[in-house]
Amino acid sequence: MTFDWRWDFAWEILPRLLAATVNTLIAAGIGYGIALVLGLVFALAQRTPYRLLTVITREFVEFIRSTPLVLQIFFIFYVGPQFGIRLSPWMSGMIAIGLHYAAYLSEVYRAGIEAVPRGQWEACRAINMSTRDTYFRIIIPQALPPSIAGMGNYLVGIFKDTPMLSVIGVAELMHTANSIGAENYRFLEPFTMVGIIFLAISLPVAALVRLFEGWVRRKMGVR
Amino acid sequence: MSAYPLELPEGDRPMVRFMNVTKKYGTLVVLDQLNLDIAAGEMVSVIGPSGSGKTTVLRMLMTLETINGGVIYIDGQPLTHMAKGGVLVPADQRHLRKMRASIGMCFQHFNLFPHMTALQNCMEGPVQVLGLSEAEARARSEELLSLVGMIEKKDQHPSRLSGGQQQRVAIARALAMRPKVMLFDEVTSALDPEVIGEVTNVIRKLVAEHNLTMLMVTHQMGFARDISDRICFFFSGKIEEQGSPADLFENPQRDRTIQFLSAVKEAH
Repeated sequence: MTFDWRWDFAWEILPRLLAATVNTLIAAGIGYGIALVLGLVFALAQRTPYRLLTVITREFVEFIRSTPLVLQIFFIFYVGPQFGIRLSPWMSGMIAIGLHYAAYLSEVYRAGIEAVPRGQWEACRAINMSTRDTYFRIIIPQALPPSIAGMGNYLVGIFKDTPMLSVIGVAELMHTANSIGAENYRFLEPFTMVGIIFLAISLPVAALVRLFEGWVRRKMGVR
Repeated sequence: MSAYPLELPEGDRPMVRFMNVTKKYGTLVVLDQLNLDIAAGEMVSVIGPSGSGKTTVLRMLMTLETINGGVIYIDGQPLTHMAKGGVLVPADQRHLRKMRASIGMCFQHFNLFPHMTALQNCMEGPVQVLGLSEAEARARSEELLSLVGMIEKKDQHPSRLSGGQQQRVAIARALAMRPKVMLFDEVTSALDPEVIGEVTNVIRKLVAEHNLTMLMVTHQMGFARDISDRICFFFSGKIEEQGSPADLFENPQRDRTIQFLSAVKEAH
């Protein structure tokens, strides 16, 4: 067996892979957007005085965190129709990955919120602030900077998990590389290139997250 | 709750009235059937050993703690309760927010908002809670920052200010809400000795020039004696003794008061 890398083949398939990379980025972006918002909803729901809501949210988050993402993707796509919920592969994938990472992000938010000193809550009450203003103007702005590192990890995480969507036929990078390999009986080039593309995106993103964290801390006047 | 009036009658309306107020944490009784009136414009200092319930008195007034028995009235109106169907029931959030507007508080650890400048700290409440315009809130806040001698530092974040400076900003922030009652909870306890004076001078100025009702928990006996109209000595959840500063410091009647004052004197 020889190492047989063909540059002409690599060049030939590059445009298809780059097009699929755009799909991967869109999937990761939309999924992350859903996760950011829904994660905050999960985190805040666990802090309301309504016991039932708190317990249900808590259990739901635990359930999502304790089961594999690929199962959740299959479940929404294949089992959903049995309950009359028919979704496209893209839609199912976005919901699954968004929900999955929302569960993880809610824990990041929760830790960030709990790290804000009790005195800040008391100061808000002493100036008679509403609960809403207390969260959105005082607590969350302080919970954010220490949460950015964790949020950044999950941004890279969601990006690296997009290949799971290939199992239901979403034409992202992994799915496309697999098709190219099957069509040409050559897997070395497509899969190697997929690895390089993932690396070329993940590393700068991680660095950007660190820069962003420093910027936010300076902007907020927190060390 | 029939034993308590829905509101205090005209002519018998102190600014603050604690009526049989009890506070427990589990089985531990922190305050036991407290009765205390504070007249409008009066400056009352609370002293006593730690664990005697002094800070709890302030925290209940600020509604940071719920009470387990009794009623607190502010300016004749119930704070901890509200009238419903002719009887007093525990206050809901709406009632608490309405009543809380009369009360301001400064904390031992200042609790300024770290992501806001001194000026923004003072403007936050007036704009978000009272609904003042930016311009009105700014004018009010700058006036108060001048009063506490912090106008030059108005654009600094708390992390750039010393403890004494932060506490003065915190006083301005509380005053910007125009409370009727100001609470000071050990506001000098976390400060370095050399900056305590800048905070106590601000409070002295408030006492001299403003007709605020004030309740202060402090460990600084000299300061309390100088500025208070009345001193309450707390011991294990009760007012052991109270009186004018002269009476309480020169001529304490109770053994525990005498012991406490001599212990404090030795420590200084």
